[in-house]
Formats: sequence, C-alpha cells, structure tokens
Amino acid sequence: MNAEQLHPAKSHFYNDERFRAVIYQLVTALLVAALGYYLISNVQENMAKQSIASGFGFVDKEAAFEIGESLIDYSAADTYGRALLVGVINTLKVSAIGMVLTTILGAFIGVCMLSSNWLVSRLGFMYVELFQNIPVLLQLFFFYALFYEAFPGPRQALNPIPGLFITNRGIDFGVPAADPVWGMVIWVLVGAVLLSYGLKRWATWRQRTTGRQFPVFWVSTAMLLFLPLVVWLAGGAPTEMDVPVLSGFNFKGGLNISPEFSALLIGLVLYTASFIAQIVRAGIQSINRGQTEAAMSIGLKPGLVLQLVIFPQALRVIVPPLTSQLLNLTKNSSLAVAIGYPDFVQVAGTTINQTGQAVEGVALMMMVYLSFSLTTSAFMNWYNRRIKIVER
Amino acid sequence: MNTMESSREIRPPSNNVGVVGWLKHNLFNGVFNSIITLVVLAVLIRVVPQFIQWAFIDAVWFTSGKECHEASGACWSVVTKNIRFNIFGYYPYDQQWRPLLAMLLLVGMLAYSRDWKRWNKKLGYGWLLALFVMGVLMKGGLFGLEPVETTKWSGLPLTLLLSFFGIAASYPLGVLLALGRQSDMIIIRSLSVVYIEMIRGVPLITLLFMSSVMFPLFLPEGVTIDKVLRAQAAIILFTAAYIAEVVRGGLQAMDKGQYEAAESMGLNYYQTMRLIILPQALKIVIPPTVGILISAFKDTSLVVIIALYDILNTTKSILNTPEWTGFSTEAYIFIAIVYYLCCFSMSQYSRRIEK
Repeated sequence: MNAEQLHPAKSHFYNDERFRAVIYQLVTALLVAALGYYLISNVQENMAKQSIASGFGFVDKEAAFEIGESLIDYSAADTYGRALLVGVINTLKVSAIGMVLTTILGAFIGVCMLSSNWLVSRLGFMYVELFQNIPVLLQLFFFYALFYEAFPGPRQALNPIPGLFITNRGIDFGVPAADPVWGMVIWVLVGAVLLSYGLKRWATWRQRTTGRQFPVFWVSTAMLLFLPLVVWLAGGAPTEMDVPVLSGFNFKGGLNISPEFSALLIGLVLYTASFIAQIVRAGIQSINRGQTEAAMSIGLKPGLVLQLVIFPQALRVIVPPLTSQLLNLTKNSSLAVAIGYPDFVQVAGTTINQTGQAVEGVALMMMVYLSFSLTTSAFMNWYNRRIKIVER
Repeated sequence: MNTMESSREIRPPSNNVGVVGWLKHNLFNGVFNSIITLVVLAVLIRVVPQFIQWAFIDAVWFTSGKECHEASGACWSVVTKNIRFNIFGYYPYDQQWRPLLAMLLLVGMLAYSRDWKRWNKKLGYGWLLALFVMGVLMKGGLFGLEPVETTKWSGLPLTLLLSFFGIAASYPLGVLLALGRQSDMIIIRSLSVVYIEMIRGVPLITLLFMSSVMFPLFLPEGVTIDKVLRAQAAIILFTAAYIAEVVRGGLQAMDKGQYEAAESMGLNYYQTMRLIILPQALKIVIPPTVGILISAFKDTSLVVIIALYDILNTTKSILNTPEWTGFSTEAYIFIAIVYYLCCFSMSQYSRRIEK
C-alpha cells in the first residue's frame, strides 16, 4: 500500500456535497422565481387587455346583489366589503355549530362502537362504513333534496312536537318572546359558569393542601340551575312564547332555519361524525386494560376510573386527529356554494363574477380559510400542550 | 372414576350456550343493556319494514316518469331509464361502447395488478400500452375512430379518469414533497413546507376555482388549456400535499440506523432513498395513504361546482328534466351505492395488503 492510495487526490469542487447543495437550491429558487415572474407578467398583460381593474379597491364599491341570510344588517346597496363580511360570518356560524354537534355525535357513536351490546356496536360500525364512503357533496345534495322534495309546504307542515314545524322552507320553531329578563338570565348563566370554574379550581387546591373533598359537581349543578331560575322569577317570570304561526303561504314569528343551512349543517355533521367516531374509538382502545384494573384496585369507582384515568389519557390520543377533522369540517363548509347557502366562497364567487377580479377573489378565499386553519390549529396546539403528560 | 364420568356429562346450563346464550351474552347482559336493546329493536321494527315496503314492494322499476308519480313506492325508473346518460353523459350516443371498453380495460388492469407478485417490468409496459389504448378509445382520431372532444367526456368515465390520474400523479409528487420537507437544503425545505401547509389550509374548492376562473389569466394570450385538464391538475396538486404529510410520517418513523447503515455501505442519497428508506417508509404508511386516496376519489365529485359533468352532475341534470324532477332520493341512492362500492373495495384492498 503506498501513500498515494491512503491520501487520494483532492476531489473536484463540483463533487463536493455542500457545493452541489448550493447549486441545486439556487437552480430551484431561480426556476420558481422565473415561473412566478412569467405568470404575474401574463396576468398583468391579460388584465390590462380585458380592462379588469386590479387591487382590492372593489371592496368599497356597491355590491348590488342580495344575500339570502345574514346575521348582520345587509342590503344590496351595501359594499362588497360588507357582503364578504356577511359571507365570513355565515361560514363561521355553520362551522361553529357544526363543530360542536359533530364532536358530540362522533363521540357518542365512537362509544357505541365499543358497546358490549352487539346490536348497538353493529349499528355504530354500519353508520361509520356508510357515511365515510359516500362523498360529502352527495350527502349535501341528498339532504337538500329531502327538504324541497320530501317535506311538505307550510300548509301541511310536519309538526313532530308542539311549536316545531318542518317544511320545505326550512325548520321553524318557537322561541321565548323578547323580554329584558332573558338577557339578564343569560348573563347570570355566564356568571354561574365562570363561578363553577373558579369553584373547581378552589376545590382542587383545597384537596391538594388539606385532603378534604368538596362536592363540586352538585354545587355547580345547583348554581347553574337555580341562579338563572331565581333571576327569572325575580324578573316576573315571563312565559310568553314567540311561536311560528301560519299566515298566508308561510310562517310568521318564531325562529326560521333555512333549508340550505339545515341541509349543510346536517350533511357536514353526519359526515364528519363518522370520522370522529373512528378517532374516539381508537383513542379509547389505545388505553391499556391494565390502567382500568390498576385504577379499580386502588378503589376508584367506575365513574371516577373513566373520569380520572381513562379519559385524560384517551384525550391525548384523540385531540390531534380530532383537530384535523374539525378543520376539515370548516373547509368542507365551502361546499355550501353547491346548495346555495351564502357562505364566504359563494359571496366571493359572486364578487368574482361581477367584478372579473378572479385573482383577488381567489386570493381572498385562500387567505380567509388559511387564517381559519391557522387559528384553529394554534388553539388546538395550546390545548394539546395543556393536557400533555407532565413528566418529572 | 365414577365422579369424573358424571362431571363429563354435566353440560353448561342451556341458557348459556347456543342462540339463547348468545342473546343473553350480547344483547341482554344487564338491565341497562336490555333496555337499550329493546328500544333499538322497537325503532328498527318501525323503520326497516317501512323502508323495504318503499324501496322494493311498492317500487316501480321500468316505467315512465308519469307512472312514477302515481306509484306509492320508490321510482327506480329514474335510474333504469336514464342509465346510459347517467353513466356516459354527453359522450356521443352511438360511440358509448368506447368509454365502456376503456373502463373495462382499466378495471381489468387494476384487478390484474392487485397482486404484488405480478409487479414487474412487463406489467409496466402493459400499463403504458393500456393507457395508450384507453386514451385512443376516449379521444378518437386514430384508427378510424371518430374524434370526441374532452368537453363531451362526462359521467362515470370522467369520475374514474379524474380519480385515477389524480391518484397516480399525486403519489410521486407527494413523495417528492415529503423528501423536500425532510431535506437539509433550506430553500427546498422551506418551499416544500410553504406549499404543503398552504394547500392543506384551504379547501379543494378554492383550487378548483383557481383552475377554472383564475388560471386562464395566467396564460399568455391565445394559449388555452382544456378545462378537464385544469381540474385534473388542481386535484393532483391538492392530493399531493396530503400524501406528502402522510409520507413524512413514514420517513420520521424510520430508524436513524437505517440511514447510517446505508451511508456506511457507500450508497449516495438517491440510492439510500430508493433502495433502503422509501420501500420501508412507504410500507408503514399504507393505511393512511389509502385513506387519502379514498378521499381523493370522493373529492372528484367537487368538479360539479365548476360545471364539469362527472357522475354526480349527470345525475343532477337528469333530475332537472321535467319528467324526472322529484325523484332525487332514488337517483342519489343509486350513485351513493356506486361511490360506496368503489371506496369500500379500496379500503378492503388496503386491509388485505396490510396483512
């Protein structure tokens, strides 16, 4: 063996890994930049030729189109900006209600799938198989068609319970008539919730320091029930209800939920729940049986085993995939455009059609959904950190 | 001896075995469970016979829309009378054997390729040939076949086309993105991260809108790209981001020793990935990947919104004709079954190859 073999000639610089990495990256960056420049210059040229305005100036112009339902005051004389805001609020409304309902339904079905009752667990599995394997858009069309085809007109309204009417114009139900007392009741309820939370923390602290327990559950329940009740009684106990009444061809009074909103909500909730059920089932099954046995052997009651041992651990497995499913629900709410619910995508789509400013419109859509996604995942990450195992 | 013999003869109590035992164990173990069983049974008894009555006994199968309105049960005629339009859409009527043949060819090739052991170079060439034949069958213009424009492609062939190419093209792109995200090169990594997170943060609909209303503005004047192709590109770009996230999970699950062993054998990056890392990483993530592919298949139905006529949209246009309005339930149940069968067979296949 001679010296030359032990110390080989220095390799060329273009064989150096680091040098190559720099070159690869420069080439990629240049390609991306060139593509971006090419596309943008094309857009500018095309927009100039078709005399389409650019920029977001259109948000201050008059929208001149009506929106079917809105939580804030809106008319066709308002600006595009306000129309888009209505869209955002409508999207938020259906997503927020949908998230709550789908989590409850999904958790319920997930627990059903694990039931020792054969019938119940079979039905749970059937539900999941069925709803997971059918496109959500088809489900939305199906439920929407159910409203305008299968349900009767207002004169023959279905009336399953007094005060609730299901028709092809949506769902109408009675609500308590407006009275200042109800506002106070709601504030007292909020106060009671906060108070119970404080009580829980205080009870935990006391148990840690003195070992004495405090019946938090019963006291909180009593507070939540009785404080609002007392306020209601003190305010003169208003019992008047605002019940929908048939007048002419439609219902007057009460609260109306449009068929578009109902179909969208039902479709999204049922579809997403089938995925959440699987997540919840997997989460509970991931907890070792030994945990249950250990908890029982130290003398915890079955309810406490679930509350203190199984649930906190299962939650850690459940939360990350649950987050992505809830985000999916928000994103899928954009399918509203297909059944005519005025969500953000629909309003933005109308705006694009009227102004021709497709680039800005699509960019707005993406920005809005990106910010929803980022906010939700930020919140869920915070929650996830909170429930993480604190190891010594 | 005597005691042993008699103990052998003692059988378990009759209410612990057989049908009764099974019922007792699975449906009536405890008061609470018994009540639930009875309630569920009561609901089923009310609902199921009614459904059977509607769907089968009172149903009409091959009548005109007028007779359907008089029938008290389901009107499956909306499916049977319109089946050719429902499946083939606006494809020229006398040429519809061509998409049928193309679909049969696709299904046949998929069925043959389902076994890993048959995967070799010859099968690869077979697929190239099959894709070429399918393309010629659909598009025409060669071998004396009448040319058919892509705007006429619709119904089930369009759904299968969008999902097959969506899945086939997004998979390698997704793997590349996942490798990019794991790369040490900062520019490539950040580009991949931005791409993946941005796509995953927005609904598919915005990408489809982009492809249908925004993309034409991006092209120089005079150049147009086919609408089907644009939607196809949107589906591929969307699915790739999700596949990238799944594959990244597989790459992160790989043991560091695998990389070190490959390096110590003198393999370069490309060889390490192709021969050592990817075969193992991709195998770990088969179940979530199939989940993504199933949702990609279901998501092709979203092209309804940009007015492409996939099988969902052909159904909708049947329901818009005056003769067949009002039978949405039946028509939607039919295509729900079509989608269900496709998705179900995909998930069954993934369960089989997992074993």
